[in-house]
Amino acid sequence: MLDALTLVTGVAALLLAAWCGWAAYRDQPTKDWHFIGMAVVSLLALVQLVIGIVALARGEKADQGTAIFVAYLLGAFACVPAAGVMSLAERTRWGSVTAAAGGVVLAVLEVRLYDIWGG
Amino acid sequence: MATVEQREQKEQRPKRLISGPGMLLVWLYGVMVVGAVSRSVYQIATDFDRAPLAYSLSAVAGVVYGFITYSLVRGGETARKAALVCCAAELVGVLTVGTWTLVEPSAFPDATVWSDYGMGYIFIPVLLPLSALYWLRTSRDVSGVTR
Repeated sequence: MLDALTLVTGVAALLLAAWCGWAAYRDQPTKDWHFIGMAVVSLLALVQLVIGIVALARGEKADQGTAIFVAYLLGAFACVPAAGVMSLAERTRWGSVTAAAGGVVLAVLEVRLYDIWGG
Repeated sequence: MATVEQREQKEQRPKRLISGPGMLLVWLYGVMVVGAVSRSVYQIATDFDRAPLAYSLSAVAGVVYGFITYSLVRGGETARKAALVCCAAELVGVLTVGTWTLVEPSAFPDATVWSDYGMGYIFIPVLLPLSALYWLRTSRDVSGVTR
């Protein structure tokens, strides 16, 4: 369950990155639709956070330790919203680049999460 | 007299360092702060004795990243200069530690943020100071001009 969600969130993060990267390429700031996209990805990360904590509460163990696992879950959840706020403050193509970078960072975090949980 | 007025104007509104590409830099530095600080706090708290040098260096990296992020957000000429110095120090740190980990891996039982020039972080640690130095230098030329 968690693995599938990690995969979905990672792919969604990459799609978001590509989408915002496209906006940056066309010299556009992030628009409403981009923020809806960010909200969807953030929601996925939130669901992942909840399911991860539930899994821990039910006695399952992360391969590389509970503390690291929870820290990465929190980081993954905070990642895209933080980048989104920054792209709101920078209404140029560079805001789009920042949002795209947020998507890439989240994708990397998902790969790490996969390893930490232990596939 | 005009220079005094200009300076006063400048002091009233510190130059923004986070417009345009600066915003991307703040984001990446912010990510590195979280990465380096949380990593070193965890490692120093759990088993510092395993690789004291590596973990201390990660902590130093985190502090440097934190200071640069703060300087960028704060803006102004002083902050710009301070950030320039720190980015140069950061670059030296990445290159030194990167080379050090390759030449004498035995000194590093565990990785630091700057091991192998930041390969574990898709080379962001070595690319970031370069782009930040470039950005901080160009932002001097447009001083006073709001963009």
